[in-house]
Amino acid sequence: MNKRLVGFAILLLVACALPFFVSEYRTFQFTLVLIYSIALLGLNILTGFNGQISLGHGAFYAIGAYVAAILMDKAGFPYWATLPFAGAACLVIGFLFGLPALRLEGLYLALATFALGVSLPQLLKYHHLEEWTGGVQGIVITKPDAPDFVAELGIALNQDQWLYFFTLAVTVVMFVLGWNILRGRIGRAMMAIRDNHVAAEAMGVNNSMVKSLTFGISAMFTGVAGALGAIAVQFVAPDSFNIFLSITLLIGIVIGGLASISGALYGALFIQFIPNVADEISKAAPWAIFGLFLLAFIYLMPTGIAGAVRLAMARWQRKRQNP
Amino acid sequence: MKLKLVPIAALMAAVLASPSAMAQKKYDPGASDKEVLVGHINPYSGPASAYGTIGRAIAAYFKKVNEEGGVNGRQINMITYDDSYSPPKTVEMARKLVEQDKVLLVFQPLGTPPNSAIQKYMNAKKVPQLFVATGATKWNDPKGFPWTMGWQPNYQTEAKIYAAHILKTKPNAKIAVLYQNDDYGKDYLKGFLDGLGAKAKTMVVKQVSYEVTDPTVDSQVLQLQASGADTFFNITTPKFAAQAIRKAYDSGWKPVHYLNNVSAQIGSVLKPAGLDKSVGIITTQYLMDPDDKDWKESKAIKDWVAFMQKYYPDGNLHDVSNVYGYTVAQSLVQVIKQCGNDLTRANVMKQAASLKNLQTATLLPGVKINTSATDFAPIESVQLQKFDGTTWERFGEIMGN
Repeated sequence: MNKRLVGFAILLLVACALPFFVSEYRTFQFTLVLIYSIALLGLNILTGFNGQISLGHGAFYAIGAYVAAILMDKAGFPYWATLPFAGAACLVIGFLFGLPALRLEGLYLALATFALGVSLPQLLKYHHLEEWTGGVQGIVITKPDAPDFVAELGIALNQDQWLYFFTLAVTVVMFVLGWNILRGRIGRAMMAIRDNHVAAEAMGVNNSMVKSLTFGISAMFTGVAGALGAIAVQFVAPDSFNIFLSITLLIGIVIGGLASISGALYGALFIQFIPNVADEISKAAPWAIFGLFLLAFIYLMPTGIAGAVRLAMARWQRKRQNP
Repeated sequence: MKLKLVPIAALMAAVLASPSAMAQKKYDPGASDKEVLVGHINPYSGPASAYGTIGRAIAAYFKKVNEEGGVNGRQINMITYDDSYSPPKTVEMARKLVEQDKVLLVFQPLGTPPNSAIQKYMNAKKVPQLFVATGATKWNDPKGFPWTMGWQPNYQTEAKIYAAHILKTKPNAKIAVLYQNDDYGKDYLKGFLDGLGAKAKTMVVKQVSYEVTDPTVDSQVLQLQASGADTFFNITTPKFAAQAIRKAYDSGWKPVHYLNNVSAQIGSVLKPAGLDKSVGIITTQYLMDPDDKDWKESKAIKDWVAFMQKYYPDGNLHDVSNVYGYTVAQSLVQVIKQCGNDLTRANVMKQAASLKNLQTATLLPGVKINTSATDFAPIESVQLQKFDGTTWERFGEIMGN
């Protein structure tokens, strides 16, 4: 237990030092990694821990982003105040979507969520909503500056660095929250349903309630990530949230490691950096290269990066104990 | 003592007299004695990856230029990234180009949403966002966004040309307009109404819109027909254009039919609608179509084919996008040429805004590129063309400025 805390502290320390050693552009990229990791944690709660497949989580990411953008653009909210609203909106919508979707199992649920994912970008263009959503033009957001109290502390942070630290703080809060949910009563119920829903029901777990709630919580995490994404990118438009986003998130949790909290971070690194690497290797067929990476990861690390790391650690410890 | 001062004074006078000698060779990041580093963003993957060929044609053209000695002795090196037509990715790639690769300018990002996403950033950083590949009118805003410039004819310009043609040929026309209800459709509609001027109120008898989400536009076309209009301006994207053409014909409505350039494609619009039902449709063009019988034997297209075969052998010789890439790359070469040895970002914008009657070979004869400090819309002239059942017949003179 203590070892884990030490590891966490070291990780946090490295994360805090990072923006002082890399360029602004890299800082921006790592901000995106943190944002994706929150979204992936959300999807992982649903798919990895509860066994429900979602092919439409990009829709919740989009809803979070739009809630933040509209609140900032139309209602003059400060950027940080939009996050709870984005999370709450997604929690409610996710919960409501989860209620009927509950009756659907496995592939059928995947299709229902897929429908949500493909339809949302078009709904955002709907002309009665245009006044709010800006239609295909989207909404441009102003990037936040570091608040005065940071400067008063004698730390000069540029916009990218400040946004990175802000995102890092939110990420830590969300991960601690996720960790608390998952190791508590609800988390155990989620996993019980995933492993055997009849047995879970027999043990007194309210299956439908837990499943809907899981959907809501999962959507909330992804929505908060979406809001942060909107603030970091400073722009939302329907084309930002097409179905590929949902697929990318699914790739992220599988590569990172299903049912693993740390997997969300590995997955985020993968979906942020591997497409860029693929693009640099070949302009003619970036997706073929991306596919090769995907296959390589799946074959070499069948339990995701988190699983491979766990395995390597266990091996190392065994070696140390009986040399 | 006095004598010794003379040569020094002469030297000083010479230096003072030739300020140009001192002003020579000014560089911003991305430029040096050896090279000009150009950034480029294009969808090589994702929903708009069909346009990926534009980026490859541009890269091939710079290769040709470099083999022939470059521009003013400098090589043009282009770094190109894939944004999959996803605005957040465009932001990331634009930042990479500006902050990490330190390019002199960002050339030809494609699509209205990706360009909207980076416009504010590019202008804050004061890095040229040059010749963007979208027809929205908003790129022509030198006051608000002095670092962003379009290239192709914008929607309003094109619509004004149809309006002018109607005013000239059929001043008492009763016009029906069908448009897509978004910024693209409204851009066209605004240009069209502006072009008709005061007569718009009496001439336009009916305007009907549709949503991208609508399954068909049949009922809209019937409404337009019922208005008794004899002229039809069709502002639709390919799928809806095909439906509208077919419905207008099948319902027995025989208006003079103007179709926006967005859907002026024989293969993907007129064929599905029915080639016989498309006879007489009027639209516009500004580039040479390599399949056009008038140009097949022209020097411009022959040069282009030779270029394609040597530098981009995988490229499709029937794809106008490859002509587009070739032509827009030539425009950038002209800008860099005009910059001379003052390769600063400010001068790039200044020279891009000082193109005078530039006619690159593959533009239709008579189409000229003109820009000024208050005019950031390079191509503003097009030629009308009519469909004769098998191919486009260009007619009339080049219209626009």
